[in-house]
Amino acid sequence: MTSMQQSPTAGTNIDPGEIAKFEAMASEWWDLNGKFKPLHMMNPCRLGYIVDQVAAEFGRDPSQPEAFKGLRILDIGCGGGLLCEPMARLGATVVGVDPAERNIPVARIHAERMGLEIDYRAASAEALAEAGETFDAVLNMEVVEHVPDPAAYLGACARLVQPGGLMVCSTINRNPKSFMMAIVGAEHVMRWLPKGTHEWSKFITPDELTTMIAAAGLEVVDRKGFVFNPVTWSWSISARDLSVNYVTCSVKREVRG
Amino acid sequence: MDIRPGRRNYRGMTQDADALIVGGGLNGPATALALAGAELRVALIDAAEPDVRMDPGFDGRAYNLGLASRRFLTVVGVWDEIGPQSQPVREVVLEDARPGERAVAALAHFDHDEIDEGPAAQIVEDRVLRPALLRACQAHPRIAIHAPATVLATRRDDAGAEADLSTGETLRAPLLIACDGRDSPLARAAGIRRTGWGYDQTGLVCAVEHEKDHQGVARQRFLPGGPFAVLPLPGGRRSSLVWTERTAEARRIHALPDADYRAEVEARMGGALGAVTLAGKRWMYPLKLSVAQSWIAPRLALVGDAAHAVHPIAGQGLNLGLRDAAALAEVLAEAKRRGEDIGASLVLERYQTWRRFDGVSLALGMDAVNRLFSSDDPALRLIRDAGVRLATALRPARRAFMREAAGVSGDLPKMLRGERV
Repeated sequence: MTSMQQSPTAGTNIDPGEIAKFEAMASEWWDLNGKFKPLHMMNPCRLGYIVDQVAAEFGRDPSQPEAFKGLRILDIGCGGGLLCEPMARLGATVVGVDPAERNIPVARIHAERMGLEIDYRAASAEALAEAGETFDAVLNMEVVEHVPDPAAYLGACARLVQPGGLMVCSTINRNPKSFMMAIVGAEHVMRWLPKGTHEWSKFITPDELTTMIAAAGLEVVDRKGFVFNPVTWSWSISARDLSVNYVTCSVKREVRG
Repeated sequence: MDIRPGRRNYRGMTQDADALIVGGGLNGPATALALAGAELRVALIDAAEPDVRMDPGFDGRAYNLGLASRRFLTVVGVWDEIGPQSQPVREVVLEDARPGERAVAALAHFDHDEIDEGPAAQIVEDRVLRPALLRACQAHPRIAIHAPATVLATRRDDAGAEADLSTGETLRAPLLIACDGRDSPLARAAGIRRTGWGYDQTGLVCAVEHEKDHQGVARQRFLPGGPFAVLPLPGGRRSSLVWTERTAEARRIHALPDADYRAEVEARMGGALGAVTLAGKRWMYPLKLSVAQSWIAPRLALVGDAAHAVHPIAGQGLNLGLRDAAALAEVLAEAKRRGEDIGASLVLERYQTWRRFDGVSLALGMDAVNRLFSSDDPALRLIRDAGVRLATALRPARRAFMREAAGVSGDLPKMLRGERV
């Protein structure tokens, strides 16, 4: 866990020859028409939801400068930093973790170019929980469908949430429509995602997710759908349609007395 | 990467503003106020001396502000000042005529009680609007004015935009906004190509004092050389004239001594306002349609004439510019609220998608109207007169026309509905 003690500038202490490689990867992560295009398309919608939930929970006005100042936010599976950078721009103290070590210098280099301070670490949620770290908000977006033991993973995530804090968790529903949309559509027809990105059997229904989150000690307070509209070619939030992509917000009640 | 050595340490990098707005005319300050009202910090770069901008001399230029534009000006806080100095248009009269002849009959009357939101248009003089916008910018805590200052060079990369000013300063922000007019040097420097054509027509602008009270009536007279608009100014006895002629004829008229120029004007006015005398200055500018092929480039957005210089026939240029400003402010405010990089292409594309169709269709629509009405072909006159009479005889068509003129049709940005963003 030495990486956890590193300062955010530690990313500059890498072999200069490697920097060019990481810069190329960073531009790949941030290329709006590149292989992460589906994430970029969905990102404004995801961000809108996250910002609204965090603002409501902590009584912040996101139109004000540094609206999230003083809040510690963790993004699990941060990749190139597509969620970390907006949170840092809003003034939050941000930690981004990704078990894929090669993403970390990539994300660091991009954040530095943008003048943002973000603490990126090659680590897992479980390792962070083990070390006893806690956060005001834990962002757990499109990860749970990829882990071998979702219940254990969500247990670790819940421990990372400070009492009075929240977790935003999104994933993909399991039904014939989500099979058609997320696997046949996104991987085979549109080729938005590499084939084999998702295993349909690992998808989780909203009720299953709610039960697992509750078992982990958090309370689900909101559930919404992320719906892709092929006419406007954009994503929007739906209160009713959770049939494919959906998101939940759960809170950890403060212990009273 | 064009980043100055002193700024190589990105962590210490300062952003001077959320957006650098280049151009101190009308669209620049309007855009600055719209963005600042949406909690963004703005640097406004104006080539002109502030004292010159503030000079309130009467020069005869005036703008026809639709209802949506007035709502915009209300939201940014300047309508209270300029409203009492504006002239509501109570009636619009369209006339088909030839110079020296009285109109045989008015083609159409548009009565402004026909839309529910109040007068469709209000005339505001340039000498009132320009200083009011600038004063509001000066008073705004989130707007820093750099004037007089010209932009010597700009650099844009994936991390931000920089502008070197003639004052020696270099400003840095995530986004550069070009409000620098129909030949936008910023758009050109960004390699944005333009589509357009000249009209062999030149616009003439002047103001007159007249014997009779205009009673709030605006007239659009369709003369063989092109449309001739009479916009009523506050006070009842002054009007602003905007008209077009074939370029050779316009040059001839513009070069005439005042007495002869006055005679040319009076011959075109149709006599409804009695004898006229010239007031203020005279202006002349060649008309051309000029639409930018893209309204955005990396870390650059075009607003107003920089994006779309339209034919001034319906006085829609400023109204369109304010629509751009309102849409851009709304898109950027939303993006900033979500923590997005407001200069990212993904954000700017939302602005372009929203506004471009409207801007281009209006530019082409005005082009078509001008071609149709700038003709002396008897058959064409017959057809168009019948068309206008038919359209105005039908109440729904009339209401649609008035709503379009007021700028309250279509997918309106919040500020044009009178809401803050």
